Amino acid sequence: MNEKKKEPFFHIVKRDALPWYKSIGIRAGAIVLALILCAVVTTITTGTNPIQVYKSIFIGAFGTSRKAWITFQNIAILLLISLALTPAFKMRFWNIGGEGQVLIGGLAAAACMICLDDKLPNALVMVCMVIASIAAGAVWGFIPAFFKAKWNTNETLSTLMLNYIATQLVAFFIIVWEVPKGSGKIGIINQDSNIGWLPQIFGSKYLLSILVAVVITVFMYIYLNYSKQGYEISVVGESENTAKYVGIKVEKVIIRTMLLSGAVCGLVGLLLVGGINHTITTTIAGGQGFTAVLVSWMSKFNPLTMIFSSFLIVFMNRGASEISTNFGLNHSYSDILTGIILFFIIGCEFFITYKIQFLKKHKKEEQ
Amino acid sequence: METKTAAVSMKNVSKTFGTVIANDKVNLDIYKGEILALLGENGSGKTTLMNMLSGIYFPDEGQIFINGKEAVIKSPKDALSLGIGMVHQHFKLIDVLSATENIILGLEGKLNIKAASGKIEEICNKYGFEVNPKQKIYDMSVSQKQTVEIVKVLYRGADILILDEPTAVLTPQETERLFSVLRKMRDDGKAIIIITHKMHEVVSLSDRVAVLRDGKYIGSMATKDTTVTEMTNMMVGHAVTLNIERPDPVNPRPRIEVQGLTVRNEEGILKLKDVSFTANSGEILGIAGISGCGQKELLEAIAGLQVTESGTISYVEDDGTREMLIGKDPLRIAEMGVSLSFVPEDRLGMGLVGNMDLTDNMMLRSFRRGHTPFTNRKPPKQLATDVVKNLDVATPGITTPIRKLSGGNVQKVLVGREIASAPTVLLTAYAVRGLDINSSYTIYELINEQKKKGVAVIFVGEDLDVLLEISDRIMVLCGGQVSGIVDARKTDKNQVGMMMTSIGGSENHE
Repeated sequence: MNEKKKEPFFHIVKRDALPWYKSIGIRAGAIVLALILCAVVTTITTGTNPIQVYKSIFIGAFGTSRKAWITFQNIAILLLISLALTPAFKMRFWNIGGEGQVLIGGLAAAACMICLDDKLPNALVMVCMVIASIAAGAVWGFIPAFFKAKWNTNETLSTLMLNYIATQLVAFFIIVWEVPKGSGKIGIINQDSNIGWLPQIFGSKYLLSILVAVVITVFMYIYLNYSKQGYEISVVGESENTAKYVGIKVEKVIIRTMLLSGAVCGLVGLLLVGGINHTITTTIAGGQGFTAVLVSWMSKFNPLTMIFSSFLIVFMNRGASEISTNFGLNHSYSDILTGIILFFIIGCEFFITYKIQFLKKHKKEEQ
Repeated sequence: METKTAAVSMKNVSKTFGTVIANDKVNLDIYKGEILALLGENGSGKTTLMNMLSGIYFPDEGQIFINGKEAVIKSPKDALSLGIGMVHQHFKLIDVLSATENIILGLEGKLNIKAASGKIEEICNKYGFEVNPKQKIYDMSVSQKQTVEIVKVLYRGADILILDEPTAVLTPQETERLFSVLRKMRDDGKAIIIITHKMHEVVSLSDRVAVLRDGKYIGSMATKDTTVTEMTNMMVGHAVTLNIERPDPVNPRPRIEVQGLTVRNEEGILKLKDVSFTANSGEILGIAGISGCGQKELLEAIAGLQVTESGTISYVEDDGTREMLIGKDPLRIAEMGVSLSFVPEDRLGMGLVGNMDLTDNMMLRSFRRGHTPFTNRKPPKQLATDVVKNLDVATPGITTPIRKLSGGNVQKVLVGREIASAPTVLLTAYAVRGLDINSSYTIYELINEQKKKGVAVIFVGEDLDVLLEISDRIMVLCGGQVSGIVDARKTDKNQVGMMMTSIGGSENHE
């Protein structure tokens, strides 16, 4: 036979749809591999026992009931922002302005708490807060949507820039309302009267956000998958021409969807200011508007999967602070671990879509 | 003839994509000085096979011999260095560059436009191409662009040429010119492979045909020893009849009246100028014209998707009442009670959503039904099941994303949905583009059925033979103007071809 010619060692082949258990298997394998790599890196670089490190990560997230509650509350907030962004992403509208939409919602809630505390009864203040923060978030979503619908401006830029405007507005009002004067901070709002503090549910101050997250998750799941509006969002996202062809008014859908997206973000601002922190700072959203982009994408826009994704990220974050104190490691060390895990989780999507075929030596020819 | 050597010899070549076997132990020989027509239905593996030859895919199994020597083709560059060049269906040219610049693009060595232009002219003179090396691509007609593509592969020294459906976008006259060039190239000793669905082209051009079916090599024979029927039967695997039925229109009445329609596109370029015609119920009005002569704009204007500048489009009810369609969007038109179906040219870009499954695609037209805010997937699911069954759609199931279906099946799904709403007007643009013979005839039958039901059908086509067979009348567009409306039973290809290139079909200018 001919001498063997050089042939490519492997090539990449697109897979058919994988059965669900296989794709879950690949993902689980990726997480296990990530944990192993994290352990190896930990041992090599710091000399600590990786089992110990993992243990303290877990303790950091769930060590005490208070820690566990805070973990769940953080999951709820991240999940809510991710859910808020998802309809926009499904529509192929790159809303990376979650941060600003949350902030402006928070600012509106804070404004109600500060300005109405002695004018209205507590219940009415809260109603005003709910309306104001949702409306503020919706307006922040509406602005880029309107420009996109009317003049096809780039929504990535406009949503991003609106984040900075929101931050600056918050910074401005902090100076206006600062207590005490000159401190550059607002401090806890209505500390004595507790006016505008969202109610505790079953005596737990953490439960409210979690319940809201549960409700919005169910709502979003149904809205996206089973409602006419959700269907319109998918069609517009997949193909604007097809949408026009069946008479869907694309501009209307864009604006409507962004109103919803912004409104849910505004609601998160309300929870953060009225329910959790009782104050407002420029960093109250804490970058979660961007983390939520990751959560939403990692979950392929499925609200139920997002529960898991946001759990993973919050869990790692909480655990990370624990190990940085326990082992005297820098806080960045936890970022390294989170980075490794995300790399594996996102990377394994490749193996779900494609498989690598190594060239088989043809045994039949060598009879 | 002189003794022929196999320029390309493929032995036991296989390629699988996932569980789909695209090519199964295919053996194919291509000789120098020969034009080989590669035949096969959609999904029979022609393009995959040619892509392996031109280095886009790598075979899973088998060997490829070029001029008797085993070759490993890992990339298009490898293919070119072996003298294999492919002219794709979709041109790969850069609009703002000139012909010469496009031709030498990506070549190594010093940039010498002058020398290149000289060499290009040499090639053109040798084979009878008409190319102005300095002309920019955006100034060129489709046929000129194709010429540039062919010159490009020749310039790179290709002596094995693969052309994927080269005539799909050409007028009969341009096709003839292309064929004469291809014949000259054959006489010069080049090996030419042409993929086409048009059987009369196979007969008039090729020396030999090779047939693929379901990824398997069925056989090859000299063109002069075979007939269209035999070739088709080999492709399909059983006997088929190749007659398009043309029942006489029953009780035709005006249904769509277009008066003085003028349309500019977004760039302000005039796409339709003063177009007037009437489409009757129970009749197929064929629209002929070189692609890009306003067909798309015309149909989209009627469907309410195109902004118009002036003119009227009215829908005439059976009792003679008229309703204006112009200025209304598809939703308004549907709300008026006008049942207008539209099979657009770009199926996955406009009529369907590739990532959605069959049910959700069926729902596109009907999702607004019902008074709840929720969609009801039951009727579309039923419709999807019916369409799959009645139109014989090959799909793993109705939950398969539609982009995974082959072109013919995608079209069946689209046509199936569009006729399910019992339309009174059916607009179709290139309804059989890219479809194999079997699927094409299914679509023709479906369209004819609609005609018999009294639907006014407007059929934009590119294959003149088909247009002449299926239409009752043919309106020819030329540069956005009506070149003439003729009785399809009394005209011929030549006349229509002439009308396509000049208003009224006069022969006095080239």
